[in-house]
Amino acid sequence: MFWASYLLAALAIILAWPAPIALSRASWPARAPFTAMVLWQSIALAGGLSMIGAMLVWGLEPLGDNLVSASAGFFTILLDDESAQTLGVVHVFAISAATLLFAHLLFTLALTFIRIRRQRRRHRDMLTLLSSPAADQPSTLVINHPAPVAYCLPGGARSVTVMSDGLMDLLSRAELDAVLTHENAHLHQRHHLLLWAFAAWRSALPWLPTSQLAQRAVSELIEMLADDEALRHVDEPTLVRAIAIVGSGALPSSPDALDDPLAETGRSGGAVRADVTGGTADVQSTAHRLRRLLTPLPPLSRLQQGAALSAAGLLLVLPPALLVAPELLG
Amino acid sequence: MATLGDLERTVMDLLWTTPEAMTANELRDAIAEAPSGEVGRELAVTTVLTVLSRLEKKGLVERERDSRPHRYRSVTSREDHTAELMHEVLVTAPDREAVLARFIGSVSEAEAETLRKLLGGS
Repeated sequence: MFWASYLLAALAIILAWPAPIALSRASWPARAPFTAMVLWQSIALAGGLSMIGAMLVWGLEPLGDNLVSASAGFFTILLDDESAQTLGVVHVFAISAATLLFAHLLFTLALTFIRIRRQRRRHRDMLTLLSSPAADQPSTLVINHPAPVAYCLPGGARSVTVMSDGLMDLLSRAELDAVLTHENAHLHQRHHLLLWAFAAWRSALPWLPTSQLAQRAVSELIEMLADDEALRHVDEPTLVRAIAIVGSGALPSSPDALDDPLAETGRSGGAVRADVTGGTADVQSTAHRLRRLLTPLPPLSRLQQGAALSAAGLLLVLPPALLVAPELLG
Repeated sequence: MATLGDLERTVMDLLWTTPEAMTANELRDAIAEAPSGEVGRELAVTTVLTVLSRLEKKGLVERERDSRPHRYRSVTSREDHTAELMHEVLVTAPDREAVLARFIGSVSEAEAETLRKLLGGS
C-alpha cells in the first residue's frame, strides 16, 4: 500500500502547486471558460481527496494489505481499546491528520455557507426597505444611489438583481439589458455555488497560494460565462460600452459619495479609497473580459476541449482508483 | 395580505419622511391614510408595535424611553442606510465576493482612465 500513498502524495503536490499555477497562467481559458471551470473544480476536488487519501493510506499501511482490511483493523483498535502498538506514533499521527483535514474542510464549507447566507439575508432585508422594484421587471430592484452599480444577490426563489439609479442614468436601454442579462446569467447558471465552494477552499487552506489563484480564476471565469450569455441577447459593442461605462464610473470620483456612513463605522475616507482600488484581481478580470470581447479569439477546438475535459475526468477518477488499487492488485 | 416586510417598509418610509418621532397610534393612522392603500386599511396597533419592535431589533428604529406612549424615530436617514448598503457592495473584500456578484468589480484609477479613453475613441 505504500506505493499507493506515495502516488497519492505526488498527485496532491502536483494539484496543489504546479497544476493550478500553469492553469492560471494559460490563455486558453478565455476561449473555453466552461471547460476551464470544470478543470478548476476537478483540480480542487482531486487535490483535496489525494491530500487526505495519501495520509490515510500511509497511516493505515501497517494494519493490512488493502484499505478495507486496514480500516477494519483500525476500527478494532478504536472500538475494542486494543493497543495501538502495531500502528506506531507516526502512523497514528498521519491518520489523525487525515481525519482532521477532512473535518476541517467540511466544517469550513458549512461555516462559509452559514456566514454567506446570513450576510445575504441581512442584505436582502435592507434591500426590501431601501429599494423599489423596476417598472417592468419584478425580480430587478432599483436603489437610490449615484454610483453606477449592478449586482445580483442569489437566494433561490428570492434571488434579485439590483441596479442603482446612477447606473440607469448612465446606460442606454440596450446597455441596461446587457447588464441585466449578464447578472441573470449568474443566477441561472448557479455561479454562487462555485463562488461558495472556492471561497470555502480559500478560507480552509489560506496558506496554500493556489487556493487564492483558484478563487480568482473562478470569479473571472464566471464573468466570462455571464458575458457570453449576455452576447446572445445584445451585440458585442453594446456590452463593451456597458462594461466600459460602469468600469470607468465604478470608482467614486468624489470620496463624499461613500464617506458619510464611514464616519460612523470609524473608517477614514483614505482607507476606503485604498480598499476600493486594492482589488487587483478585479482589475485584471475587467481587463481580461474586455480584451476577450474586443479581440475575440476562436473558441477552443472540439479536440482541445475534449482533451481538457478528459483530463478533468481522469483527475476525478485517479484518487479513488489509487485508494482501492492495492485491493485489486492484491 | 401585506407581508411583514411590506409593513416594515411602510413604517420606515413614514418615519424617514416625518421629522418628529411618532407613536404607534399615529403611525397606524398615517398608514390608513396613505394613498398606497394596499398595505392595510385596518391595522391593529399591536401589529404596528410588532413591526416597530422588529425594526428596533434590526437597529433601524429607536424608542424615546421617557415618553408615554412611546414615540419612535428612525436611527439614521434613508440616504445613510443606502450609502452604508452600497458601501458593503462596493468595497472589495475576499469574503464578500461570494455574497453577491457585481457586474464590474473595483477598478483602479489607471484602469478607469483607459476605459474612459476607450469610450471617447469609440
